[in-house]
Amino acid sequence: MATMTYLQAISDGLRQEMREDERVLLMGEDIGVFGGAFKVTDGFLEEFGAARVMDTPLAESGIVGTAVGAAVVGLRPVCEMQFADFISCGFDQLVNVAGKMYYRQGLPVNVTVRLPSGGGFSGGPYHSQNPEAWFMHSPGMKVVAPSTADDAKGLLIAAIRDRNPVVYLEHKHLYRRVKGEVRDGLYETPFTARVARAGSDLTVVAYGAMVHTALEATEDIDGASVEVLDLRSLVPLDEEAILASVRKTSKVLIVDEANETCAAGAQVAALVADRAFEDLDGPVRRVATPDVPIAFSPPLEQALLPSVDRVKEAARELLEY
Amino acid sequence: MATRTAQPAGTDPAAAASEHLTLDDRIALLRYMLLMRGLEERAMNLYRQGKVPGSFYDGYGQEAVSVGAAFAMAAQDRLCVLHRDLGAHLIRGVTPARILAQYMGREGGITGGRDGNVHFGDFRLGCVGMVSMLPDMMLVATGMAMAFKLRGEARCALTWFGDGSTSRGDFHEAMNWAGVQRLPVIFVLENNQYAYSTPTREQFAVDPVERAQAYGFPGISVDGNDAEAMFEATRAARDRALAGEGPTLLEAVTMRMHGHAAHDDMKYVPKEQVEEWRKKDPIDRLEERLRAAGADTDALREEVRAAIDAGTQDALAMPMPDPATATDRLFYEPADPGEELLTGDGEAPWSGFAGEGS
Repeated sequence: MATMTYLQAISDGLRQEMREDERVLLMGEDIGVFGGAFKVTDGFLEEFGAARVMDTPLAESGIVGTAVGAAVVGLRPVCEMQFADFISCGFDQLVNVAGKMYYRQGLPVNVTVRLPSGGGFSGGPYHSQNPEAWFMHSPGMKVVAPSTADDAKGLLIAAIRDRNPVVYLEHKHLYRRVKGEVRDGLYETPFTARVARAGSDLTVVAYGAMVHTALEATEDIDGASVEVLDLRSLVPLDEEAILASVRKTSKVLIVDEANETCAAGAQVAALVADRAFEDLDGPVRRVATPDVPIAFSPPLEQALLPSVDRVKEAARELLEY
Repeated sequence: MATRTAQPAGTDPAAAASEHLTLDDRIALLRYMLLMRGLEERAMNLYRQGKVPGSFYDGYGQEAVSVGAAFAMAAQDRLCVLHRDLGAHLIRGVTPARILAQYMGREGGITGGRDGNVHFGDFRLGCVGMVSMLPDMMLVATGMAMAFKLRGEARCALTWFGDGSTSRGDFHEAMNWAGVQRLPVIFVLENNQYAYSTPTREQFAVDPVERAQAYGFPGISVDGNDAEAMFEATRAARDRALAGEGPTLLEAVTMRMHGHAAHDDMKYVPKEQVEEWRKKDPIDRLEERLRAAGADTDALREEVRAAIDAGTQDALAMPMPDPATATDRLFYEPADPGEELLTGDGEAPWSGFAGEGS
């Protein structure tokens, strides 16, 4: 065990899996000499060389498309988008080539795409997005989003080893804010949900940075016992864990940092309405980012992203319902 | 400037356009072209009978492009095959029955009914199937070549695409990437004069073969209706690739002689243009040379017809897929067959590969 930041845990997972498996190759913009825009791959070039820590042309479709080609002949590429927002330029290769390959042709595509996502630091409309729902709606890829340092490492190793395309969302606002005990060596975190805090009066469902917002918001609401469920994986979605928690507490609040319409939380809400209706003692409530781009100026951005206060208020209302 | 190959004028009518082809190789080239044309004609009949769902696309008149290029590729090479390139699948070893079953959406088709018409590739024979966003496969081929180079393997990747594809960004990204990294990849631009109804004059201001130089590698314009010329240009490009000299863009100049798909009557193409190209039919041209060289092409035609008839019977006997399986196998599961069963090398019938163990 060692104490690491979320970012250090991602680096540790990448480094150890690269030492373990020579088929693993990193591809991205400015990840080699510069060590990545967020320094996730700092020092990797020296250890693994330019062929395995590849500074690519500035071409996101090129990064994903060539990674697909390398994967189908036996490599295990890990692509870094400099910001999750730029995956829009590689969307076609991911959704139409990688995502459909196994279903159509029986050929697995062992590609991991790392997406530094999320807002909270004035990144503006093109450096703050949470695009996970795009990929939940596109059959053929798995989507995971760690909230802790230990899961950041374990989910990444599991993603690299998974023979299918995996979209790995790493929240930029957690990079250096979140620290925790991280297991030594190589381990895989399963693509299932995790109870971040057990409780009996209300379930708050969240993933990524919103797990921390949910934990803080519900730490003390007049002594109520609030369960926080960390989804960790959006595809596959751990439906049984969600239903088990809601059946226990009878009330559910779902928090998304993504734009509200058709977000991951909307799918969770639909699931609960469909399969836990009889167990509910209150409406299914959601807190999410309104359907506008993420604004730049701090007061505007803070008005959009789900805050501790907004989550707390929604939780209190549900508890009192 | 790009290099342009010229047809040998006034030479021996029986002479091969490549010194690397034996008479048997040349007969094989004709056989694959006849098989491609015959199978597509048969599939079109099945389409008219309502046995082929969706639409139907063919490569009538362009047989030399896929047959000539694929013939130059070794078993361990990898190919991204597009929708007017049926001949490449035949060369790699896909049987007529499986191809016709694919068109008909049968369980025994290459995709088992999960994708239609020419949207397939058998990776057990070293081919990756296309997607409808056509130049996407240029990047996939580039990535395969990147892996070959990283591992120090003497292998090459090849992909086809059309004149319309040259307008998309992935064309640029792939050409640039392959040029920067000097990858062993061959880009075959199948210039058949029309992208659906759009003529090349509305597609580009400068012939895209000229662009290769700007990406740092040669662009060569080839007579796309001459299977032997296509073979020779591809063979030379593959030699360059294996020698570490990087990619090559081959522009196969040809003509789409049918509509974009079965529904398209091609009224937007001047009749004289079609008539002009009909005189350059790739099958007629090679057959004429081979007859002059003493080959019995009547017997060959008979043999091909029998193979198509047999394949049709086999395909029609195959069941449709079970609807209960429609949501199965979205994801690879650890219990599924391993790489050794999912992937493999294709056939490489060119005599030049004999003795290489491929």
